[in-house]
Amino acid sequence: MDLRKIKKLIDLVSDSGIAELEITEGEEKVRINRFGPVSQQTVMMSPGYAPQGGYAPPPAAPMVAEVPAVAAEPEGHQVKSPMVGTFYRSPSPGAKSFVEVGQSVSVGDTLCIIEAMKLLNEIEADQSGVVKAILIENGQPVEYGEPLFIIG
Amino acid sequence: MFEKILIANRGEIALRIQRACRELGIKTVAVYSEADRDAKYVKLADESVCIGPPQSAHSYLHVPAIISAAEVTDAEAIHPGYGFLSENADFAERVENSGFVFIGPRPETIRLMGDKVCAKDAMKQSGVPCVPGSDGALPEDEAEILRMGRETGYPVIIKASGGGGGRGMRVVHTEAALLAAVAMTKSEAQTAFGNPMVYMEKYLENPRHIEIQVLADEHGNAIYLGERDCSMQRRHQKILEEAPAPLLDTKLRDKIGEACAAACRRIGYRGAGTFEFLYESDQFFFIEMNTRVQVEHPVTELITGVDIVQEQIRIANGEKLRYKQKDIRFTGHAIECRINAEDPYTFVPSPGRITVYHVPGGPGIRVDSHAYQNYVVPQYYDSMIGKLIAYGTTREQAIARLKTALSEMVVEGIKTNIPLHGDLLRDAAFLQGGSSIHYLEQKLAAQKKAS
Repeated sequence: MDLRKIKKLIDLVSDSGIAELEITEGEEKVRINRFGPVSQQTVMMSPGYAPQGGYAPPPAAPMVAEVPAVAAEPEGHQVKSPMVGTFYRSPSPGAKSFVEVGQSVSVGDTLCIIEAMKLLNEIEADQSGVVKAILIENGQPVEYGEPLFIIG
Repeated sequence: MFEKILIANRGEIALRIQRACRELGIKTVAVYSEADRDAKYVKLADESVCIGPPQSAHSYLHVPAIISAAEVTDAEAIHPGYGFLSENADFAERVENSGFVFIGPRPETIRLMGDKVCAKDAMKQSGVPCVPGSDGALPEDEAEILRMGRETGYPVIIKASGGGGGRGMRVVHTEAALLAAVAMTKSEAQTAFGNPMVYMEKYLENPRHIEIQVLADEHGNAIYLGERDCSMQRRHQKILEEAPAPLLDTKLRDKIGEACAAACRRIGYRGAGTFEFLYESDQFFFIEMNTRVQVEHPVTELITGVDIVQEQIRIANGEKLRYKQKDIRFTGHAIECRINAEDPYTFVPSPGRITVYHVPGGPGIRVDSHAYQNYVVPQYYDSMIGKLIAYGTTREQAIARLKTALSEMVVEGIKTNIPLHGDLLRDAAFLQGGSSIHYLEQKLAAQKKAS
C-alpha cells in the first residue's frame, strides 16, 4: 500500500463523517481513526461559529498503519491449534461466531472450529478469562501449534 | 504433471523428493514436526505446515495431520518417502479416498506385500524362488510344527508375518528349542504387530543380501534396474550398500531380475519397489518385498542413469514407463555409506548441534544430506544424517574415491560413524567383496574382544 493511496484514504475520512476506517489488502492493513488517542484537541465549535483566519481542520489523526496485519499482541495466554486444518469462527457459515473479542470464557467453552479431513473439531478454551484477541481470520488454514486466541 | 506434491517425510529423503519435484517444476509442501522447524527442505519448500509435536506418533505417523496439511495447501499428490507411513496400506487408502494421489503402489498391493506369508505365496506363484520352509503360516498343532522343523532342516528361523525389516524373528538351532521359540515369537508378534501369525524358514548360515530394484507403471510395463548388495549390516540395519553386487554372475542376475519384473506384471505392481533376496551357493531366495523407494536407491541411480524418485512421480502421474528393459545399461560401480549420528563403535546415538560441517566433492562424489553447519540433529528420529556415495568406472575406483571423500568429510559437534566407514573401506574381506550378512557383526565382535 503506497503513500498516495494512504493519503487518499486520509482525505476520504476527513471529508466524510466516517469516524474510523479500516482497509485490509492482502497482508497489509490500514486503520484510520479520526478521533485517535493522541490528539484530543478541545476545539470548541458551536453552531455558527466559524474559525478565524488560517485555521485549517487538522488532518484525520493519528493514522495507524499496520503492516503486517496484527499489531502488538495483548498480554495473556495463547490458545494454540492442536491440529492442522481450517479455522472457522462459527458453527456453520452465517451463524454467530462462538466468541468475540471482549467476551468472557470459561474452561471448556468452545472458541472455534478447526476442520480437518472433512471433520469439524471444536476447540475449547483451556483457560478462563476474557478473549483479548482473535489471531486468525475465518476460513484461514492453521498448522499445529499456531496461536489462535489470546485469553487474559 | 502434478502442480503440487506434499512430502510426507523428513530428513534426507524429504530433501531428495523435494529436489526431484523442483527439477520437474512441481511445487513442494513440506510437513514438519516442531523438532524439524529448521530443516533445510522446510526452508526451501514452497509451503510448509507444522503437523505436530516432535514425537513421530503425533506428527509423521499421524494420518489426519498429513492429510489435513494436503487439504489446506491444495496439494495433488503425497509422496511418503521411506519408513513412517510409506508401507501403511491404510494410509495409502485414506490418501486416495481423500482425493489425493498416493505416490506408490495401490493399497491392496501394499497390504499383500506387508503380510510376509502372503508375499511369499504371491512370489512363489509368480515363479520367484523363496527360502524353503513352512510354506505358509505355522499351524497350532505342535506335532505338525515339529514335523515341519525336521523337514526344513535345522537351523530354522521363525518369522512374524506382520514383521519385516529384521523385526519379529528368532533363530532355532535344535528341535528341543523349537516349540518354545514359536510360542515366544507369536506372543511378541501379537504385541508388536497386532498379528500373531508366524512362519518358518530354513536359516541360511552365510548368505549375502542382494536385492533387485524394479519400476512398474499402471499400463502393465515393468523393468528391473539391477541389483544392490546390502550385506554390510548390523542388527539388520544396512550400513553400506553397493551396485552392482561384486562377484555375481550377470546371467543369474538377469534371470532373477526378469523373474521380479514378471512378478510385478502379474500382481499389477505400480511404482518403484525392491525384491529382497538372500543369496547363497549361487541361488537366490526371496525374503520380502519393499513397496517404496529405499534409502540406498542412489547406487542404482548412478549405475543406470535413472532418477528413481522422478520415475515414481511420473508413474503416479499415469505416465508410461520411459524405459524398456533393453534401454537399461549397467555402467560402473557405486558404493554408499550411511552417515549416522552415533558413536562409531558403541552405536550410542549422538544427537545435537553440528558445529562444523564440511562435505566432500570431486569427480564421482554424491552427498545426499539435509544437514548443514549449525543444524541440530533431533533426538526423536533415526540417526541417519546423510549418505555419502561414490561412483567409479570400476569397484576399485569407487572405493578409492569414497576413501578420499570420507577423509575430507568433517562433522563436528556430534559423533558420526565416519570412522567405522573408513575402517570398512580398508577391510580385506570388504575389498575382496562377497561377504555375508553376518560379516560386519563378526568383525565388530572380534574387534571388541581384542580391545
